[in-house]
Amino acid sequence: MKFWPFIAALVAIYLAAAPSTVAAQDSLPPAPYAYNQLDDPQQEAAAQALMETLRCLKCQSQSIADSDAPMAGDMRHQVRTRIAMGEDPEDIRAWLIERYGDYVSYAPTVSETTWPLFAIPLLLILVAAIVLWRRFRRRA
Amino acid sequence: MKRWTLWVPLALFVSFCALAAYQLTRPKTEFVASTMIGKPLPEFALRAAVADRPALSSADFRDGKPRLFNIFASWCIPCAAEAPQLEALRRRGADIVSVAIRDHPEDVAYFLARYGNPYSKIGADDLSEVQLGIGSSGVPETFVIDGKGVIRYQHIGDIRASDVPVLLEKLEEARR
Repeated sequence: MKFWPFIAALVAIYLAAAPSTVAAQDSLPPAPYAYNQLDDPQQEAAAQALMETLRCLKCQSQSIADSDAPMAGDMRHQVRTRIAMGEDPEDIRAWLIERYGDYVSYAPTVSETTWPLFAIPLLLILVAAIVLWRRFRRRA
Repeated sequence: MKRWTLWVPLALFVSFCALAAYQLTRPKTEFVASTMIGKPLPEFALRAAVADRPALSSADFRDGKPRLFNIFASWCIPCAAEAPQLEALRRRGADIVSVAIRDHPEDVAYFLARYGNPYSKIGADDLSEVQLGIGSSGVPETFVIDGKGVIRYQHIGDIRASDVPVLLEKLEEARR
């Protein structure tokens, strides 16, 4: 029974700390187009396709379409409002890449650093084709 | 075929494994740095986040005076941790303006009353528009903006005591 004062102290500490821990998440309602689809189904489809290939910056292994982070909601709002205004999805991607670099986009691009990823498989296929061709020719 | 060429695939495989093992030992960087350094701030005009400080717009940065631009929120705990450092920067002559991300005016007022208010202007960024516009990916972050409204430096995360001289130096560099 010696523990009771200790437990009471813990409860008191918890209660004292509670208001500040509650404030760890923002309480503003989500942005208008964070969870609401666009009225035009074609525009919504274009927005959805784009959102699935944009990285959430708070939760970096998810796309903004997958994430419930408030910042991902604000990014979805950006995407949907821009598409509703008639902006091209690839221009919106370029706008984000200008701000965050290639990392924000999941869509693979050929660039100075990524070209070997595209070149090496082609090279390997070519090597395999040459090896096979020489073997079959020898047999024939 | 020469005998040694048999070893080439194995050597390639081993070097691939060595590369992967080496990369695994390196710490993961979770910060996404802004690629807006050297570029002007996007145009924006926000409402005031609290009653006793004026609102913030992009035009406020083009008065020839470099300043610190702090991205914070009342719900962000590291933002409370960096408050003494911001106050130290203000006392050493830095003009600090800020945006509060996704915040209620009464929460911002409570936060500032509790942790201090080093800001000369505070805008309310309810849709994270300005944050996205300058390539910031979290709170808190602090940017150095020169007198023409060009972004010169980004500090990601809370400002520690050791970051204060760095920010003052970057501010001085932006003056040139």
